[in-house]
Amino acid sequence: MGRKVVIVGAGQVSATLAAKLRADGYDGGITVLGDENTLPYQRPPLSKAYLLGKQAMAQLHLRPAAFYSQAQIDLRLGCRAIAIETGVRVVRLQGDEVIPYDHLVLATGSAARSWPAALGGTLEEVRTLRTVSDADSLSLALRSAGSILVIGGGYVGLELASVARTLGLAVTVVEAQKRILNRVAGEDTARYFRTLHVAHGIRIVEGMGIRRLLGGGRVEGAELENGEVIACDLVIVGIGAIPSTALAVAAGLEVDDGVVTDEFCRTSDPVIWAAGDCARVRTSAGSIRLESVGNAIDQAETVAANIMGGERAYRPRPWFWTEQHGVRMQIAGLSAGHDETVLRRTSDGSRSSCWYFRKDNLIAVDAINDAQAFLAGRRLIDSGMDVDRAAIGNPSFDLRNLAKATLPEISS
Amino acid sequence: MIQVHFTTQDGSVTSAVGTDGESVMEIARNNGVHGIVAECGGAAMCATCHVYVSPGWLARIPPVSEFEDELLEGTGAPRMENSRLGCQIKLNDTLDGLEVTVPASQY
Repeated sequence: MGRKVVIVGAGQVSATLAAKLRADGYDGGITVLGDENTLPYQRPPLSKAYLLGKQAMAQLHLRPAAFYSQAQIDLRLGCRAIAIETGVRVVRLQGDEVIPYDHLVLATGSAARSWPAALGGTLEEVRTLRTVSDADSLSLALRSAGSILVIGGGYVGLELASVARTLGLAVTVVEAQKRILNRVAGEDTARYFRTLHVAHGIRIVEGMGIRRLLGGGRVEGAELENGEVIACDLVIVGIGAIPSTALAVAAGLEVDDGVVTDEFCRTSDPVIWAAGDCARVRTSAGSIRLESVGNAIDQAETVAANIMGGERAYRPRPWFWTEQHGVRMQIAGLSAGHDETVLRRTSDGSRSSCWYFRKDNLIAVDAINDAQAFLAGRRLIDSGMDVDRAAIGNPSFDLRNLAKATLPEISS
Repeated sequence: MIQVHFTTQDGSVTSAVGTDGESVMEIARNNGVHGIVAECGGAAMCATCHVYVSPGWLARIPPVSEFEDELLEGTGAPRMENSRLGCQIKLNDTLDGLEVTVPASQY
C-alpha cells in the first residue's frame, strides 16, 4: 500500500475511489486533481433534468465539500495536470508544481467529439455537451433559440432533442447512419423512439449526412447531402465521445482508444491505474471500454481494492439508462453483435422490452417503462443461463419467476 | 430542519439533518452515511439506495409506486415489507425523526 494516491480527474471515479479508500481504512494521502472548477458531480442529468431546470447543481454533487475535508482528501479543483513523469513518479501541473505519487489513477474521462471546423464546426452556436459549464451555457442558448438541429441520433442527441422540444423549440435530428441508435440498440427500440419523437413533433432524418453547416459568424442552418437546407439557430453535436488519453500517451503508457489496462485496471506501468470512460480493460474475453456511471463505480472500486493490496479482477456488467419525453428506458448488457431479438410487449404498449441474443446467450435487454424486464434481464445475463425465448415473448408470463429461478439457493 | 437517523450494518447510528423536499438518499450521501450507493443519482433507475424504514414510520411515507415496487424486487439485500428506495422518500415535517436501517449491501 502506497503512502500517496493521486487521482487525475474529478468525476464519478474520483469520488467513488477516494471514498472507498477511506472506508476501507487507507490512511495515506489522497489528492484529486480536477480541471473543472466544481466538486465532482453526476453527468447524466446534464442532458435531462438539470438542463430542464428541474435539478439544481447542489443535487448533482456526488458529495458535499465537507466530505472531502473531513475525509482528508486533498481536492484540487481548477487544476490541470500537464505531464506524468513515470521515472520519478510525479505529476506536473500547469504552473510547474509537481505532485509526487506512489499510486496514480487516470480518471480523465472523455471529451465530446466535435464537428469538423472545415464543415462549419467553429460557427457560433455550434455546441457540444460534456460539462456543467457546457450545460449552463446551452441552457441559456435553448431559452433564446427558435429552432435547433441535433447532429447524431444516439442517446445524448435524442435526450437533448427531447429537452429542446419540451422547451418549445422546433427540433430536427439528423443521423448519418441508416437509423437512430444504430450502434447501441436494435431496430425495435429505434422504432419505438423514432415514433415517440415524431409524435412529439420532432423531425428525424436518418441515413443522411450533413454536407456542411451554414452561416456567417453564427450558424444559420445545415446543408444535407441531398441538397436540402435545414434552417436553425442552434446546433448540438452529439456524435460520440473520445477518451481523454493525452497524458497517458505522452507518458508512454499503452493506449488504444483508451488507456489500456489489465483485468485489475492496472496500466502498462505497475503503479498507474485507469478507470472510467478513459480506460480500456483487456480481459480474456477481449477488450472493452464503457462510458457509464455503473462502469466508473465498478472500476473505481476495483482500483481501490487493488491499491489496498487486493487482487480484484474487474468484471464488466454494463447497464445504462435514458429518459426521453417522460419515457424511461433501462438497458442491461451490450446488444452489439446480436443475431436474434425477442420483443415483449403489453397489449396496450405501455411497457415493452427487447431481448437480444447471440447464439444461445442472452446478451442485452432494452426495457422501456419496465423495471421488471430490466432486473430480470440483468440477472439472466449475469447467470449465463439458458433463457426460454417463448416465455419471454409472452407478456402474461411473470418474469419474476424466471429471474428468481436463476438466483443461487439461499440456505436458511 | 428535519432529522433522519441511519442505522448502519455495524450497529452505529448516524443522525443527519436535511430540508423539506430532500430525499433520504440525498441526506445519506451528503452526510457520508456508508452503504448508500445511488448509482443513478435519484432517477429511480438502479435500486442501490435501498433502506429499511423503522416500523411506525412506514405509514407516514407515501406508498410505493409501481416503478419503485418493481425496482425493489432487484435490491441486493432481501426485500422486506419495510423496504424502500431512499431516493423516493422525500422529507417533510411529518418525517422529522425518521429512522431507517441501511442494508449490508446494495448489490
